[in-house]
Amino acid sequence: MSEIPSGLKYAKTHEWVEELHDGTVRVGITDHAQELLGDMVFVELPEVGAAVHAGQECAVVESVKAASDVYSPVDGEVVAVNERLADSPELVNQDPYGDGWIMQVRLADDAEPGELMGADDYAAMVESEEAE
Amino acid sequence: MRDERPMMNESPLIFEQSRPGRRNPAHAPEAPARPVDMPAELLREAPPALPEVSEMQVVRHYTRLSQRNFAIDTQFYPLGSCTMKYNPRACNTLAMLPGFLGRHPLAPVATGQGLLACLFELQEILKTVTGMQGVSLAPMAGAQGEFAGIAMIRAYHDARGDTARREILVPDAAHGTNPATAVMCGYTAREIPTDAQGDVDLEALRAAVGPQTAGLMLTNPSTLGVFERRIIEIAGIVHEAGGLLYYDGANLNAILGKVRPGDMGFDVIHLNLHKTFSTPHGGGGPGAGPVGVGERLLPYLPLPIVAREGETYRWLEESDRPHSIGRLSAFGGNMGVLLRAYVYARLLGREGMERVAEYATLNANYLMARLREAGFEPAFPERRATHEFIITLRRQARELGVNAMDFAKRLLDHGMHAPTTYFPLLVPECFLIEPTETEDKATLDAFAAAMAAIQHEAETRPETVKTAPHTLPVRRLDDVRAARELDLVWEGDEGKP
Amino acid sequence: MPFIPHTEDEVREMLAAIGAPDIEALFDEIPHTLRGADLSAIPAGLGEQAVSRLMRTRAAADRQPLCFLGAGAYEHHIPAAVWEITTRGEYYTAYTPYQAEASQGTLQLLYEYQTMMARLMAMEVSNASLYDGASALAEAVLMAVRANRAAKSRRILMPASVHPRYRQVVQTIVRHQGIELVSLDFDAGQGRLDPDSLPGDPGPCAALVIPQPNFFGCLEQVDALTDWAHRHKMLVIAVVNPLAMALLKPPGQWGARGADIACGEGQPLGVPLASGGPYFGFMCCRRAHMRQMPGRIVGRTIDLDGRTGYSLTLQAREQHIRRSKATSNICTNQGLMVTAATIYMALLGGEGLRRTAAACHDGMGALLHRLADVPGVAQHFTAPAFHETVLRIEGRPVEKVLAAMAEDGLLGGLALAPHYPALADTLLVCVTEARSGEDLDAYVDALRRALAV
Repeated sequence: MSEIPSGLKYAKTHEWVEELHDGTVRVGITDHAQELLGDMVFVELPEVGAAVHAGQECAVVESVKAASDVYSPVDGEVVAVNERLADSPELVNQDPYGDGWIMQVRLADDAEPGELMGADDYAAMVESEEAE
Repeated sequence: MRDERPMMNESPLIFEQSRPGRRNPAHAPEAPARPVDMPAELLREAPPALPEVSEMQVVRHYTRLSQRNFAIDTQFYPLGSCTMKYNPRACNTLAMLPGFLGRHPLAPVATGQGLLACLFELQEILKTVTGMQGVSLAPMAGAQGEFAGIAMIRAYHDARGDTARREILVPDAAHGTNPATAVMCGYTAREIPTDAQGDVDLEALRAAVGPQTAGLMLTNPSTLGVFERRIIEIAGIVHEAGGLLYYDGANLNAILGKVRPGDMGFDVIHLNLHKTFSTPHGGGGPGAGPVGVGERLLPYLPLPIVAREGETYRWLEESDRPHSIGRLSAFGGNMGVLLRAYVYARLLGREGMERVAEYATLNANYLMARLREAGFEPAFPERRATHEFIITLRRQARELGVNAMDFAKRLLDHGMHAPTTYFPLLVPECFLIEPTETEDKATLDAFAAAMAAIQHEAETRPETVKTAPHTLPVRRLDDVRAARELDLVWEGDEGKP
Repeated sequence: MPFIPHTEDEVREMLAAIGAPDIEALFDEIPHTLRGADLSAIPAGLGEQAVSRLMRTRAAADRQPLCFLGAGAYEHHIPAAVWEITTRGEYYTAYTPYQAEASQGTLQLLYEYQTMMARLMAMEVSNASLYDGASALAEAVLMAVRANRAAKSRRILMPASVHPRYRQVVQTIVRHQGIELVSLDFDAGQGRLDPDSLPGDPGPCAALVIPQPNFFGCLEQVDALTDWAHRHKMLVIAVVNPLAMALLKPPGQWGARGADIACGEGQPLGVPLASGGPYFGFMCCRRAHMRQMPGRIVGRTIDLDGRTGYSLTLQAREQHIRRSKATSNICTNQGLMVTAATIYMALLGGEGLRRTAAACHDGMGALLHRLADVPGVAQHFTAPAFHETVLRIEGRPVEKVLAAMAEDGLLGGLALAPHYPALADTLLVCVTEARSGEDLDAYVDALRRALAV
């Protein structure tokens, strides 16, 4: 069973959101997602300053067997990206909720709450997917 | 193939065998009498750093490299959807006759009547076999054929002023070229689910079609190795909504001579001559992907096309076909491949073609029965195999920790190429197995026996399977490293151009 | 039945194992209404001897004239070893190297090919081939638009001196992706682009295409053009003759920064004319853009024992994984032709290729020298040429001159009128190292005779 920290929020497309103290959020992909994709070989990061919208592609994570879109879970502007992923894409596998973070976003003022779930709901969703 | 002597498996690069100053004077002209009279700033400063090796070294090196390959000529190669049948040598010899091989593509048509006769007759044969009204031999591979097909659908709708049609429907089991092609033609690809029996979900299809539907891309038999039984209904649903039907001919070997795409309601098709018509795969091409169309799309066929006028042949051009989607190559396409396909078609003739699907299907069903006896799990046990079928190794993956990739690698040790693995994506841990009609019963039995042996190993000493192959020039390769630490060009001698 | 090995006994045993009464039963899932395939229009099968006879008769129609035609397909000496090895069954009947351990021959060869092409073009990476030069240019255009996001433009500057068929193919392939091809005129006297006549403010463009040599055989001023493009934030797509690059400055060395993408037709490297195909397209690029490059790429890696091996890499960009987001829909490419080209390049070596290219240029010079004495024939453009040039013919329509020369057993060149109406009385002639002094004399004699009428 993959790791699902309780303090984070989750999108049904397997991204996590962490609220930081300065009002921005950090975004990455979940342990379940990195397990499915396999060893990361490349991450295509968004540009700092780019606008992102909930539910739209903002990045790509690439393994040997798949290249998967990362969907932004929130509306806002990218204020930072994890440059370390350029040389060490494997951080996404090793530490998906920590050093494997992908982008930091300042939420838009009129941001929609979005369809984010808590850890328990996400865990239930993953379990039902795995049972298929 | 593996040799225990340590040096025998080493394979230095041709560059590593270079010695400065080594030349092959038999091949290059003498240094020209005059110095090159061109402005200095346009000239290269030093010749490119290509290998400096003798002819003996070149021959030995590339011959030895060839011996590190699996090929149809040496191994059973049951790659699903690739149709690895025997490549008759006559096709090669006759396509390479000097009159064809030495001919310039822009030479006058008057001296090309022999070539054009072959191409025209091939067009006609493909029309008959597919039940279509017109054929163009121009596309150079299946993917280009697909592009041509979808571009023609677009041309048709645009010509009618029906520009609201922005979607191409694609089954979720489709080959990746299908959605990629739709996007290249400015469409979005929308997926239609497949049901548990392997057929397209008709309810989902009905819900998905509408005024935005340009067309549906389908393979029949599908990529799941089963016949799309309700194809007539599918055609009806799409046509009623105003869309057109595209046939991906990758699996034509299953129905050649038995069923024609035109009769199933398809408006446009492509064929893969390097599959169904046995032109050689060449380690990754060249292929040919001719397209065939029904009446509605005739004006849009890509150029060039061969026409016969009385007793002479000529190329049709833009002035003959002003609505053509255009050209896909600088010259006529992969002529040599087309000639090989033509020779194959003449060797087979009508009776031979009728037998292709029969024996391909017999072989696939037999192999499926033998594997089932050995305890393997077909993905669609209650369906007939077509020319191919799927088994799933998910039980082995779950219970023994041995997956489809492991089985594939261990098959290599048995001197057989593995079937297609992990495609279609819908079936977990799958093998898509296509024996083709040119394999005999003994070969099929040997494959079933090899699979049974690997199963036994997976149960008793799984590590052997998980670290396979053991008898090839290299052991299992690190794909992740290949993608992370990209080494695409040799820099060992710091070769400067 | 050709190529089907089954005996009647075996068929019986197999049907018994399946549990079917006959082969027809295996098709029982197919609706009856679909089973009416009528193949009667297809002729009955022929034995190999009869097909041989048929094909030999048809091939003989060609009459094998002396070739002075180029225009994108060139006759060069191909050492015998090239096709002897390339048509070995282990290369000829192998598949795409998806099971890398069983395809180390093809994969290592492709790695060597990539290295040779990168060095020939002086670029950082190469792919393992595309279909042909024209479609490679189309792919390069698509790639430049993807890679040059900063330009925010889907306009591509395309000189009219690029091969007309290449321009047509690019148009066909990119038409539905919102890409605008903007034509650039060439200087009517020089036969190439004039860097001084380029617009001072071209507006946002994703790329400039630069041919070398161009369709007329003329040499473009690649440094000035490359620098101009880069100053205006465009990428440079070089479309080049690979043999010429052994003699001429290669794309990676153009201007201050070098071209960004190099592509073209690989046929001159060991591939016969073959009535037009199969040939192969090549593509090289900067490392920074390699994830945008279509086609297969081979990488070097290690196995479980640390031994060197080769496998397809960066496959996540390709259609079988990335599907609708793929860089291209390309799957099968032109593997066998690349095999031949690699062996050819290894046999010739850098010096051999350079001499071959120089001999082609020298032969062109020798022909022009002889033609100086023929009234009514003049070199049309003033720019320096590689191995092709445009001749202006006076006194008789070009089509009739060429027809007369064809009667004499020569392909005298390509009439340019159909593609360039302003060049209605000209032809494009090519000389390669395959043409001897006697051949050049024959050309001049045939041309004189054709004009004397």
